[in-house]
Amino acid sequence: METIRPNELADLQLKRLKWSLHQAQNVGLYQRKLKEAGVSPDDVRTLDDIEKLPFTNKKELQAGYPFGLLATSLKEIVRIHTTSGTTGKPTVVGYTRQDLENWSELIARNMTMIGLGEDDVFQNAVNYGLFTGGLGFHYGAEKIGATVIPSATGNTRRQIEMIEDFGVTAIHCTPSYALHLAEVAESMGKTLDTLKTGIFGAEPWSESMRAELERRLGVKAYDSYGLSEMYGPGVAFECPERDGLHIWHDSYLVEIIDPETGERLAPGERGELVITPLVKEALPLIRYRTGDVTRLMEDGCACGRGQKIERITGRSDDMLVIRGINVFPSQIEHVLRALPEVGEQFIVYIDRVKHLDEMTIEVEMSRAGFSGELQDLARMQKNITGELHNTLGLRTAVKLVEPGSLPRFEGKAKRVIDRRGAI
Amino acid sequence: MEKSYIVKQISIFSENRPGRLAAIAGALRDAGINIFAFSIAEADGFGVVRALVDRPDDAYRTLTDLGFRVSFTDVIGVKMRDEPGGLSDIASILGDAGINIEYAYAYSGKDAAVLILRVDQVEDAVRQILGRGGELLKASLSQ
Repeated sequence: METIRPNELADLQLKRLKWSLHQAQNVGLYQRKLKEAGVSPDDVRTLDDIEKLPFTNKKELQAGYPFGLLATSLKEIVRIHTTSGTTGKPTVVGYTRQDLENWSELIARNMTMIGLGEDDVFQNAVNYGLFTGGLGFHYGAEKIGATVIPSATGNTRRQIEMIEDFGVTAIHCTPSYALHLAEVAESMGKTLDTLKTGIFGAEPWSESMRAELERRLGVKAYDSYGLSEMYGPGVAFECPERDGLHIWHDSYLVEIIDPETGERLAPGERGELVITPLVKEALPLIRYRTGDVTRLMEDGCACGRGQKIERITGRSDDMLVIRGINVFPSQIEHVLRALPEVGEQFIVYIDRVKHLDEMTIEVEMSRAGFSGELQDLARMQKNITGELHNTLGLRTAVKLVEPGSLPRFEGKAKRVIDRRGAI
Repeated sequence: MEKSYIVKQISIFSENRPGRLAAIAGALRDAGINIFAFSIAEADGFGVVRALVDRPDDAYRTLTDLGFRVSFTDVIGVKMRDEPGGLSDIASILGDAGINIEYAYAYSGKDAAVLILRVDQVEDAVRQILGRGGELLKASLSQ
Protein backbone atom coordinates (compact mmCIF):
# COMPACT_ATOMS: atom_id res chain seq x y z
CA MET A 1 0.00 0.00 0.00
CA GLU A 2 2.84 2.36 0.77
CA THR A 3 4.27 2.23 -2.74
CA ILE A 4 1.02 1.70 -4.65
CA ARG A 5 1.14 2.85 -8.31
CA PRO A 6 -0.55 6.21 -8.98
CA ASN A 7 -3.37 4.90 -11.20
CA GLU A 8 -4.17 2.07 -8.81
CA LEU A 9 -4.18 4.56 -5.95
CA ALA A 10 -6.61 6.84 -7.80
CA ASP A 11 -8.98 3.91 -8.46
CA LEU A 12 -8.84 2.90 -4.82
CA GLN A 13 -9.38 6.47 -3.62
CA LEU A 14 -12.42 6.93 -5.84
CA LYS A 15 -13.95 3.66 -4.70
CA ARG A 16 -13.38 4.56 -1.07
CA LEU A 17 -14.53 8.15 -1.55
CA LYS A 18 -17.87 6.91 -2.92
CA TRP A 19 -18.20 4.57 0.03
CA SER A 20 -17.33 7.34 2.46
CA LEU A 21 -19.88 9.75 0.96
CA HIS A 22 -22.59 7.13 1.33
CA GLN A 23 -21.51 6.58 4.90
CA ALA A 24 -21.80 10.34 5.49
CA GLN A 25 -25.39 10.22 4.28
CA ASN A 26 -26.20 8.61 7.63
CA VAL A 27 -25.41 11.92 9.30
CA GLY A 28 -28.08 14.60 9.49
CA LEU A 29 -25.58 17.38 8.96
CA TYR A 30 -24.38 15.91 5.67
CA GLN A 31 -27.87 15.14 4.39
CA ARG A 32 -28.62 18.80 4.91
CA LYS A 33 -25.34 20.16 3.54
CA LEU A 34 -25.41 18.10 0.38
CA LYS A 35 -29.03 19.03 -0.21
CA GLU A 36 -28.19 22.71 0.18
CA ALA A 37 -25.29 22.31 -2.22
CA GLY A 38 -27.55 20.50 -4.65
CA VAL A 39 -25.29 17.48 -5.00
CA SER A 40 -25.74 13.85 -4.21
CA PRO A 41 -22.99 11.32 -3.52
CA ASP A 42 -23.78 9.79 -6.93
CA ASP A 43 -22.67 13.00 -8.64
CA VAL A 44 -19.10 12.21 -7.63
CA ARG A 45 -17.74 10.21 -10.55
CA THR A 46 -14.11 11.31 -10.48
CA LEU A 47 -11.82 12.41 -7.66
CA ASP A 48 -11.97 15.98 -8.92
CA ASP A 49 -15.74 16.01 -8.48
CA ILE A 50 -15.07 16.39 -4.78
CA GLU A 51 -14.69 20.11 -5.45
CA LYS A 52 -18.48 20.23 -5.87
CA LEU A 53 -18.92 19.20 -2.25
CA PRO A 54 -19.10 21.62 0.68
CA PHE A 55 -16.40 21.89 3.32
CA THR A 56 -16.82 20.79 6.90
CA ASN A 57 -15.40 22.95 9.67
CA LYS A 58 -14.68 22.48 13.33
CA LYS A 59 -17.65 24.58 14.45
CA GLU A 60 -20.02 22.17 12.75
CA LEU A 61 -18.48 19.27 14.62
CA GLN A 62 -18.75 21.15 17.91
CA ALA A 63 -22.39 21.99 17.20
CA GLY A 64 -23.11 18.29 16.84
CA TYR A 65 -21.95 17.56 20.38
CA PRO A 66 -22.15 14.88 21.62
CA PHE A 67 -23.22 12.27 19.06
CA GLY A 68 -24.75 14.28 16.22
CA LEU A 69 -21.98 13.53 13.73
CA LEU A 70 -21.80 9.80 14.22
CA ALA A 71 -22.75 7.71 11.21
CA THR A 72 -23.25 4.49 13.11
CA SER A 73 -25.25 3.55 16.16
CA LEU A 74 -23.52 3.55 19.53
CA LYS A 75 -23.88 -0.21 19.52
CA GLU A 76 -21.23 -0.40 16.81
CA ILE A 77 -18.99 2.14 18.47
CA VAL A 78 -16.42 0.58 20.75
CA ARG A 79 -14.50 3.66 21.86
CA ILE A 80 -14.81 7.40 22.17
CA HIS A 81 -12.10 10.03 22.26
CA THR A 82 -12.62 13.77 22.37
CA THR A 83 -10.61 16.83 21.49
CA SER A 84 -9.53 19.01 24.38
CA GLY A 85 -12.30 21.52 23.73
CA THR A 86 -10.06 24.52 24.36
CA THR A 87 -11.91 26.48 21.66
CA GLY A 88 -15.45 25.59 22.73
CA LYS A 89 -17.27 22.30 23.08
CA PRO A 90 -15.07 19.28 22.58
CA THR A 91 -15.44 17.27 19.41
CA VAL A 92 -16.49 13.70 20.02
CA VAL A 93 -14.74 11.11 17.88
CA GLY A 94 -16.28 7.65 17.79
CA TYR A 95 -14.51 4.51 16.61
CA THR A 96 -15.99 1.27 15.37
CA ARG A 97 -13.96 -1.91 15.73
CA GLN A 98 -12.89 -1.47 12.11
CA ASP A 99 -11.87 2.14 12.78
CA LEU A 100 -9.58 1.03 15.57
CA GLU A 101 -8.12 -1.60 13.28
CA ASN A 102 -7.55 0.98 10.51
CA TRP A 103 -5.98 3.40 12.94
CA SER A 104 -3.53 0.99 14.50
CA GLU A 105 -2.66 -0.23 11.02
CA LEU A 106 -1.67 3.35 10.06
CA ILE A 107 0.41 3.81 13.21
CA ALA A 108 2.06 0.45 12.60
CA ARG A 109 2.85 1.52 9.04
CA ASN A 110 4.53 4.69 10.34
CA MET A 111 6.57 2.88 12.94
CA THR A 112 7.66 0.22 10.47
CA MET A 113 8.64 2.98 8.04
CA ILE A 114 11.24 4.29 10.47
CA GLY A 115 12.60 0.84 11.18
CA LEU A 116 10.86 -0.04 14.44
CA GLY A 117 9.74 -3.62 15.09
CA GLU A 118 9.59 -6.46 17.56
CA ASP A 119 13.14 -5.86 18.77
CA ASP A 120 12.19 -2.45 20.07
CA VAL A 121 11.14 -1.36 23.54
CA PHE A 122 8.73 1.52 23.10
CA GLN A 123 7.88 4.01 25.81
CA ASN A 124 4.65 5.87 25.13
CA ALA A 125 5.05 8.99 27.26
CA VAL A 126 1.86 10.81 26.35
CA ASN A 127 -1.52 11.23 28.01
CA TYR A 128 -3.54 8.01 27.96
CA GLY A 129 -6.96 9.50 28.52
CA LEU A 130 -9.30 11.03 26.00
CA PHE A 131 -6.29 12.36 24.10
CA THR A 132 -5.78 10.21 21.02
CA GLY A 133 -1.98 10.07 21.21
CA GLY A 134 -1.85 7.55 24.04
CA LEU A 135 -4.07 4.68 23.02
CA GLY A 136 -3.49 5.38 19.31
CA PHE A 137 0.24 4.76 19.49
CA HIS A 138 -0.21 2.04 22.06
CA TYR A 139 -2.15 -0.27 19.75
CA GLY A 140 -0.03 0.57 16.71
CA ALA A 141 3.14 -0.27 18.60
CA GLU A 142 1.66 -3.56 19.82
CA LYS A 143 0.75 -4.37 16.25
CA ILE A 144 4.37 -4.19 15.11
CA GLY A 145 5.34 -6.41 18.03
CA ALA A 146 7.30 -3.84 19.99
CA THR A 147 7.45 -4.16 23.76
CA VAL A 148 5.16 -1.34 24.82
CA ILE A 149 5.55 0.60 28.06
CA PRO A 150 2.41 2.68 28.64
CA SER A 151 4.30 5.13 30.84
CA ALA A 152 1.91 8.02 30.12
CA THR A 153 2.98 11.43 31.39
CA GLY A 154 4.33 12.77 34.65
CA ASN A 155 6.98 11.66 37.14
CA THR A 156 9.85 12.45 34.85
CA ARG A 157 12.52 10.84 37.03
CA ARG A 158 10.56 7.59 36.99
CA GLN A 159 10.26 7.89 33.21
CA ILE A 160 14.03 8.18 32.95
CA GLU A 161 14.56 5.21 35.24
CA MET A 162 12.25 3.16 33.03
CA ILE A 163 14.19 4.13 29.91
CA GLU A 164 17.34 2.93 31.60
CA ASP A 165 16.00 -0.16 33.39
CA PHE A 166 13.91 -1.48 30.50
CA GLY A 167 16.42 -0.60 27.79
CA VAL A 168 13.96 1.62 25.95
CA THR A 169 14.94 2.12 22.29
CA ALA A 170 12.11 4.38 21.11
CA ILE A 171 10.00 7.02 22.79
CA HIS A 172 6.87 8.90 21.80
CA CYS A 173 6.05 12.20 23.46
CA THR A 174 5.50 15.88 22.76
CA PRO A 175 8.66 17.74 21.71
CA SER A 176 8.42 20.05 24.73
CA TYR A 177 8.19 17.11 27.11
CA ALA A 178 11.17 15.53 25.33
CA LEU A 179 13.23 18.64 26.11
CA HIS A 180 12.15 18.43 29.72
CA LEU A 181 13.13 14.76 29.81
CA ALA A 182 16.55 15.66 28.41
CA GLU A 183 17.07 18.32 31.07
CA VAL A 184 16.07 16.03 33.92
CA ALA A 185 18.17 13.16 32.53
CA GLU A 186 21.17 15.49 32.34
CA SER A 187 20.63 16.63 35.91
CA MET A 188 20.50 12.97 36.99
CA GLY A 189 23.71 12.27 35.06
CA LYS A 190 21.93 9.75 32.82
CA THR A 191 22.97 9.40 29.20
CA LEU A 192 20.08 7.17 28.04
CA ASP A 193 22.33 5.16 25.76
CA THR A 194 19.70 2.67 24.60
CA LEU A 195 17.43 5.36 23.21
CA LYS A 196 17.70 5.60 19.41
CA THR A 197 14.38 6.88 18.10
CA GLY A 198 12.17 9.78 19.13
CA ILE A 199 8.68 10.27 17.74
CA PHE A 200 7.41 13.76 18.43
CA GLY A 201 4.04 15.25 17.66
CA ALA A 202 0.93 17.08 18.87
CA GLU A 203 2.76 20.44 18.88
CA PRO A 204 4.61 22.37 16.19
CA TRP A 205 8.39 22.11 16.51
CA SER A 206 11.23 23.54 14.50
CA GLU A 207 14.30 22.13 12.80
CA SER A 208 16.49 23.77 15.42
CA MET A 209 14.47 21.97 18.09
CA ARG A 210 15.05 18.75 16.16
CA ALA A 211 18.80 19.34 16.26
CA GLU A 212 18.67 20.05 19.98
CA LEU A 213 16.55 16.98 20.78
CA GLU A 214 18.83 14.76 18.74
CA ARG A 215 21.93 16.11 20.39
CA ARG A 216 20.63 15.94 23.94
CA LEU A 217 18.67 12.69 23.80
CA GLY A 218 20.89 10.88 21.30
CA VAL A 219 17.90 9.98 19.14
CA LYS A 220 16.89 10.36 15.55
CA ALA A 221 13.81 12.57 15.78
CA TYR A 222 10.72 12.05 13.60
CA ASP A 223 7.74 14.34 13.12
CA SER A 224 4.31 12.80 13.54
CA TYR A 225 1.14 14.52 12.34
CA GLY A 226 -2.45 13.78 13.06
CA LEU A 227 -5.66 15.20 14.44
CA SER A 228 -8.41 13.66 16.50
CA GLU A 229 -11.00 14.21 13.78
CA MET A 230 -8.91 11.86 11.56
CA TYR A 231 -8.54 9.20 14.29
CA GLY A 232 -5.57 10.94 15.93
CA PRO A 233 -1.86 10.59 15.22
CA GLY A 234 -0.85 8.54 12.20
CA VAL A 235 -2.21 10.71 9.39
CA ALA A 236 1.23 11.69 8.14
CA PHE A 237 4.71 10.79 9.27
CA GLU A 238 8.33 11.34 8.34
CA CYS A 239 10.31 8.57 6.69
CA PRO A 240 14.06 8.25 7.32
CA GLU A 241 14.68 10.98 4.71
CA ARG A 242 13.02 13.41 7.12
CA ASP A 243 12.16 15.90 4.43
CA GLY A 244 8.41 16.23 4.60
CA LEU A 245 5.76 13.81 5.85
CA HIS A 246 4.20 10.94 3.94
CA ILE A 247 0.48 11.36 4.17
CA TRP A 248 -1.45 8.14 3.62
CA HIS A 249 -3.40 8.74 0.44
CA ASP A 250 -5.21 5.42 0.59
CA SER A 251 -6.95 6.57 3.76
CA TYR A 252 -7.03 10.34 3.39
CA LEU A 253 -7.90 12.37 0.31
CA VAL A 254 -5.80 15.52 0.47
CA GLU A 255 -6.49 18.98 -0.91
CA ILE A 256 -4.70 22.27 -0.33
CA ILE A 257 -6.96 25.31 -0.49
CA ASP A 258 -6.74 29.05 -0.23
CA PRO A 259 -8.25 29.63 3.21
CA GLU A 260 -9.83 32.91 2.09
CA THR A 261 -11.50 31.83 -1.12
CA GLY A 262 -11.81 28.10 -0.57
CA GLU A 263 -10.35 27.50 -4.01
CA ARG A 264 -8.07 24.59 -4.54
CA LEU A 265 -4.42 25.60 -4.99
CA ALA A 266 -1.98 24.30 -7.57
CA PRO A 267 0.44 21.57 -6.51
CA GLY A 268 3.30 23.02 -4.52
CA GLU A 269 1.42 26.09 -3.31
CA ARG A 270 1.09 26.60 0.40
CA GLY A 271 -2.36 26.74 1.92
CA GLU A 272 -4.79 25.06 4.28
CA LEU A 273 -4.84 21.29 4.42
CA VAL A 274 -8.29 19.84 3.72
CA ILE A 275 -8.81 16.14 4.31
CA THR A 276 -11.60 13.79 3.33
CA PRO A 277 -11.07 10.55 5.23
CA LEU A 278 -11.71 7.53 3.03
CA VAL A 279 -12.08 4.66 5.48
CA LYS A 280 -13.70 6.13 8.57
CA GLU A 281 -16.90 4.39 9.64
CA ALA A 282 -18.09 6.14 12.79
CA LEU A 283 -17.13 9.70 11.91
CA PRO A 284 -16.97 10.10 8.14
CA LEU A 285 -16.14 13.67 7.16
CA ILE A 286 -16.32 15.54 3.88
CA ARG A 287 -13.59 18.04 3.01
CA TYR A 288 -12.67 18.74 6.61
CA ARG A 289 -10.77 22.00 7.05
CA THR A 290 -7.89 21.17 9.37
CA GLY A 291 -6.72 24.78 9.79
CA ASP A 292 -3.16 23.54 9.35
CA VAL A 293 -0.93 25.15 6.75
CA THR A 294 1.25 23.06 4.49
CA ARG A 295 1.83 22.28 0.83
CA LEU A 296 2.05 19.16 -1.29
CA MET A 297 5.68 18.51 -2.13
CA GLU A 298 6.24 17.98 -5.82
CA ASP A 299 9.48 16.05 -5.77
CA GLY A 300 9.24 12.34 -5.19
CA CYS A 301 10.85 10.85 -2.10
CA ALA A 302 14.01 8.78 -2.26
CA CYS A 303 12.25 6.10 -0.20
CA GLY A 304 9.75 5.43 -2.99
CA ARG A 305 6.61 6.09 -0.96
CA GLY A 306 3.83 8.44 -2.03
CA GLN A 307 3.52 12.20 -2.16
CA LYS A 308 4.54 14.09 0.95
CA ILE A 309 3.32 17.21 2.66
CA GLU A 310 5.66 19.80 4.07
CA ARG A 311 5.93 19.96 7.86
CA ILE A 312 3.04 22.03 9.18
CA THR A 313 4.11 25.66 9.05
CA GLY A 314 1.28 27.35 10.89
CA ARG A 315 -2.44 27.82 11.23
CA SER A 316 -4.61 29.20 8.47
CA ASP A 317 -6.31 31.50 11.02
CA ASP A 318 -3.02 33.39 11.17
CA MET A 319 -2.94 34.01 7.43
CA LEU A 320 -2.58 37.59 6.26
CA VAL A 321 -3.66 38.90 2.90
CA ILE A 322 -1.24 41.61 1.79
CA ARG A 323 -2.01 43.28 -1.53
CA GLY A 324 -3.91 40.13 -2.49
CA ILE A 325 -1.04 37.80 -1.65
CA ASN A 326 -1.46 35.21 1.09
CA VAL A 327 1.25 35.43 3.70
CA PHE A 328 1.72 33.19 6.71
CA PRO A 329 3.70 34.67 9.59
CA SER A 330 5.49 31.34 9.84
CA GLN A 331 7.01 31.96 6.39
CA ILE A 332 8.51 35.22 7.61
CA GLU A 333 9.81 33.51 10.71
CA HIS A 334 11.34 30.77 8.59
CA VAL A 335 13.25 33.27 6.42
CA LEU A 336 14.51 35.32 9.35
CA ARG A 337 15.59 32.34 11.43
CA ALA A 338 17.82 31.19 8.59
CA LEU A 339 19.77 34.47 8.56
CA PRO A 340 22.64 34.65 11.04
CA GLU A 341 22.65 38.45 11.14
CA VAL A 342 19.11 38.46 12.52
CA GLY A 343 18.45 38.08 16.23
CA GLU A 344 15.68 36.29 18.07
CA GLN A 345 12.83 38.74 17.79
CA PHE A 346 10.84 40.36 15.04
CA ILE A 347 7.49 42.12 14.69
CA VAL A 348 5.39 42.52 11.58
CA TYR A 349 3.28 45.65 11.17
CA ILE A 350 0.65 45.93 8.48
CA ASP A 351 -0.71 49.30 7.51
CA ARG A 352 -2.85 50.62 4.75
CA VAL A 353 -1.19 53.62 3.15
CA LYS A 354 -3.19 55.29 0.38
CA HIS A 355 -5.32 52.16 -0.15
CA LEU A 356 -2.23 49.97 -0.39
CA ASP A 357 -1.15 47.39 2.15
CA GLU A 358 2.31 47.97 3.47
CA MET A 359 4.17 45.41 5.51
CA THR A 360 6.94 46.61 7.77
CA ILE A 361 9.08 44.13 9.60
CA GLU A 362 11.14 45.22 12.54
CA VAL A 363 14.04 42.89 12.92
CA GLU A 364 16.38 42.78 15.86
CA MET A 365 20.01 42.54 14.89
CA SER A 366 21.87 39.60 16.28
CA ARG A 367 24.67 40.16 18.75
CA ALA A 368 27.15 39.14 16.08
CA GLY A 369 25.72 41.18 13.26
CA PHE A 370 27.49 44.54 13.48
CA SER A 371 30.76 45.49 11.83
CA GLY A 372 30.49 49.17 12.67
CA GLU A 373 30.09 50.17 9.04
CA LEU A 374 26.93 51.78 7.78
CA GLN A 375 27.20 50.19 4.36
CA ASP A 376 27.30 46.71 5.91
CA LEU A 377 24.07 47.46 7.71
CA ALA A 378 22.49 48.74 4.53
CA ARG A 379 23.64 45.59 2.75
CA MET A 380 22.19 43.44 5.51
CA GLN A 381 18.89 45.26 5.28
CA LYS A 382 18.82 44.74 1.53
CA ASN A 383 19.67 41.09 1.91
CA ILE A 384 16.83 40.48 4.38
CA THR A 385 14.38 42.33 2.13
CA GLY A 386 15.56 40.24 -0.82
CA GLU A 387 15.20 36.93 1.01
CA LEU A 388 11.70 37.88 2.15
CA HIS A 389 10.78 38.91 -1.37
CA ASN A 390 11.96 35.56 -2.72
CA THR A 391 9.83 33.63 -0.29
CA LEU A 392 6.73 35.80 0.02
CA GLY A 393 6.65 37.28 -3.46
CA LEU A 394 6.09 40.59 -1.77
CA ARG A 395 8.01 43.80 -1.20
CA THR A 396 8.41 44.57 2.49
CA ALA A 397 10.09 47.34 4.44
CA VAL A 398 12.67 45.89 6.78
CA LYS A 399 13.72 47.99 9.74
CA LEU A 400 16.77 47.01 11.70
CA VAL A 401 16.33 47.60 15.40
CA GLU A 402 18.63 47.31 18.37
CA PRO A 403 18.93 43.94 20.09
CA GLY A 404 16.63 43.67 23.08
CA SER A 405 14.39 46.53 21.96
CA LEU A 406 11.38 44.47 20.85
CA PRO A 407 8.90 43.12 23.38
CA ARG A 408 9.45 39.61 24.71
CA PHE A 409 6.54 37.24 25.10
CA GLU A 410 5.75 34.60 27.61
CA GLY A 411 3.81 31.85 25.95
CA LYS A 412 2.43 32.49 22.52
CA ALA A 413 4.23 35.35 20.82
CA LYS A 414 2.21 38.07 19.18
CA ARG A 415 4.38 38.96 16.23
CA VAL A 416 1.85 40.45 13.86
CA ILE A 417 0.16 43.78 14.41
CA ASP A 418 -2.41 44.50 11.76
CA ARG A 419 -3.18 48.20 11.83
CA ARG A 420 -5.41 48.23 8.77
CA GLY A 421 -8.85 49.43 9.72
CA ALA A 422 -11.99 47.93 8.25
CA ILE A 423 -12.38 48.92 4.62
CA MET B 1 55.26 53.16 13.97
CA GLU B 2 52.14 53.82 11.83
CA LYS B 3 50.11 51.88 14.38
CA SER B 4 50.64 54.51 17.04
CA TYR B 5 48.57 56.93 14.95
CA ILE B 6 45.66 54.61 14.35
CA VAL B 7 42.83 55.75 16.60
CA LYS B 8 40.03 53.52 17.84
CA GLN B 9 36.69 55.05 16.96
CA ILE B 10 33.63 53.51 18.56
CA SER B 11 30.75 52.88 16.17
CA ILE B 12 27.32 52.39 17.71
CA PHE B 13 24.28 51.02 15.92
CA SER B 14 21.26 53.16 16.68
CA GLU B 15 17.69 53.21 15.56
CA ASN B 16 16.61 56.48 14.09
CA ARG B 17 14.13 57.59 16.73
CA PRO B 18 13.98 60.23 19.45
CA GLY B 19 16.04 59.62 22.53
CA ARG B 20 18.60 57.21 21.18
CA LEU B 21 21.46 59.70 21.10
CA ALA B 22 20.44 60.88 24.56
CA ALA B 23 20.66 57.29 25.79
CA ILE B 24 24.16 56.83 24.34
CA ALA B 25 25.47 60.19 25.52
CA GLY B 26 23.87 59.72 28.95
CA ALA B 27 25.56 56.35 29.38
CA LEU B 28 28.96 57.83 28.54
CA ARG B 29 28.37 60.76 30.88
CA ASP B 30 27.46 58.42 33.73
CA ALA B 31 30.66 56.47 33.09
CA GLY B 32 32.68 59.67 33.09
CA ILE B 33 33.81 59.21 29.52
CA ASN B 34 34.57 62.30 27.47
CA ILE B 35 33.57 62.54 23.83
CA PHE B 36 35.87 64.73 21.81
CA ALA B 37 34.59 64.15 18.31
CA PHE B 38 31.49 62.59 16.98
CA SER B 39 29.15 62.27 14.00
CA ILE B 40 26.00 60.47 12.98
CA ALA B 41 25.62 58.60 9.71
CA GLU B 42 22.06 57.93 8.73
CA ALA B 43 20.49 55.30 6.50
CA ASP B 44 16.97 53.97 6.08
CA GLY B 45 15.51 53.96 9.58
CA PHE B 46 18.75 53.50 11.46
CA GLY B 47 22.13 55.05 11.82
CA VAL B 48 25.63 54.67 13.15
CA VAL B 49 26.89 57.00 15.82
CA ARG B 50 30.65 57.42 15.53
CA ALA B 51 32.67 58.87 18.33
CA LEU B 52 36.20 59.42 19.52
CA VAL B 53 36.33 59.18 23.27
CA ASP B 54 39.03 59.36 25.91
CA ARG B 55 38.51 55.73 27.06
CA PRO B 56 37.28 53.66 24.11
CA ASP B 57 37.50 50.27 25.86
CA ASP B 58 35.41 51.49 28.79
CA ALA B 59 32.94 53.11 26.41
CA TYR B 60 32.65 49.81 24.50
CA ARG B 61 31.96 47.88 27.68
CA THR B 62 29.51 50.41 29.08
CA LEU B 63 27.43 50.58 25.92
CA THR B 64 27.54 46.83 25.23
CA ASP B 65 26.33 46.12 28.76
CA LEU B 66 23.35 48.36 28.07
CA GLY B 67 22.49 46.28 25.02
CA PHE B 68 23.94 48.54 22.32
CA ARG B 69 25.71 47.04 19.37
CA VAL B 70 29.16 48.59 19.38
CA SER B 71 32.31 47.95 17.42
CA PHE B 72 35.71 49.55 16.98
CA THR B 73 36.76 51.14 13.72
CA ASP B 74 40.30 52.25 12.86
CA VAL B 75 40.49 55.93 11.93
CA ILE B 76 43.15 58.63 11.87
CA GLY B 77 42.97 62.20 13.13
CA VAL B 78 44.82 64.78 11.07
CA LYS B 79 45.56 68.21 12.45
CA MET B 80 44.56 70.94 10.03
CA ARG B 81 45.51 74.56 9.83
CA ASP B 82 42.38 76.36 11.02
CA GLU B 83 42.38 78.70 8.05
CA PRO B 84 41.43 78.57 4.37
CA GLY B 85 43.20 75.72 2.57
CA GLY B 86 43.63 73.51 5.64
CA LEU B 87 41.31 70.77 4.40
CA SER B 88 42.55 71.13 0.86
CA ASP B 89 46.14 70.33 1.91
CA ILE B 90 45.22 67.03 3.49
CA ALA B 91 42.74 65.97 0.84
CA SER B 92 45.41 66.59 -1.80
CA ILE B 93 47.95 64.42 -0.04
CA LEU B 94 45.53 61.49 0.07
CA GLY B 95 44.22 62.12 -3.43
CA ASP B 96 47.74 62.19 -4.86
CA ALA B 97 48.52 58.92 -3.12
CA GLY B 98 45.39 57.22 -4.45
CA ILE B 99 43.93 56.70 -0.99
CA ASN B 100 40.15 56.77 -0.82
CA ILE B 101 38.27 58.50 1.97
CA GLU B 102 35.26 56.47 3.07
CA TYR B 103 33.97 59.09 5.47
CA ALA B 104 35.25 62.02 7.44
CA TYR B 105 34.19 64.45 10.12
CA ALA B 106 35.99 67.27 11.84
CA TYR B 107 36.18 69.29 14.99
CA SER B 108 37.79 72.59 15.70
CA GLY B 109 39.54 72.53 19.06
CA LYS B 110 41.63 74.92 21.14
CA ASP B 111 44.94 73.96 19.55
CA ALA B 112 43.91 73.04 16.05
CA ALA B 113 41.16 71.78 13.82
CA VAL B 114 41.20 68.00 13.49
CA LEU B 115 39.92 65.98 10.60
CA ILE B 116 38.88 62.41 11.47
CA LEU B 117 39.31 60.13 8.49
CA ARG B 118 38.21 56.62 7.71
CA VAL B 119 40.31 55.57 4.71
CA ASP B 120 40.69 52.33 2.82
CA GLN B 121 44.46 51.99 3.42
CA VAL B 122 45.03 53.36 6.88
CA GLU B 123 48.76 52.61 7.36
CA ASP B 124 49.56 53.98 3.93
CA ALA B 125 47.63 57.14 4.74
CA VAL B 126 49.64 57.62 7.94
CA ARG B 127 52.93 57.30 6.04
CA GLN B 128 51.86 59.72 3.30
CA ILE B 129 50.61 62.38 5.69
CA LEU B 130 53.67 62.23 7.95
CA GLY B 131 55.95 62.12 4.88
CA ARG B 132 54.46 65.36 3.57
CA GLY B 133 54.85 67.15 6.88
CA GLY B 134 51.35 66.58 8.22
CA GLU B 135 50.60 66.12 11.89
CA LEU B 136 48.49 63.28 13.28
CA LEU B 137 46.69 62.64 16.55
CA LYS B 138 48.46 60.04 18.65
CA ALA B 139 46.38 56.98 19.42
CA SER B 140 47.54 57.29 23.02
CA LEU B 141 45.35 60.36 23.39
CA SER B 142 42.39 58.05 23.43
CA GLN B 143 43.49 55.12 25.49
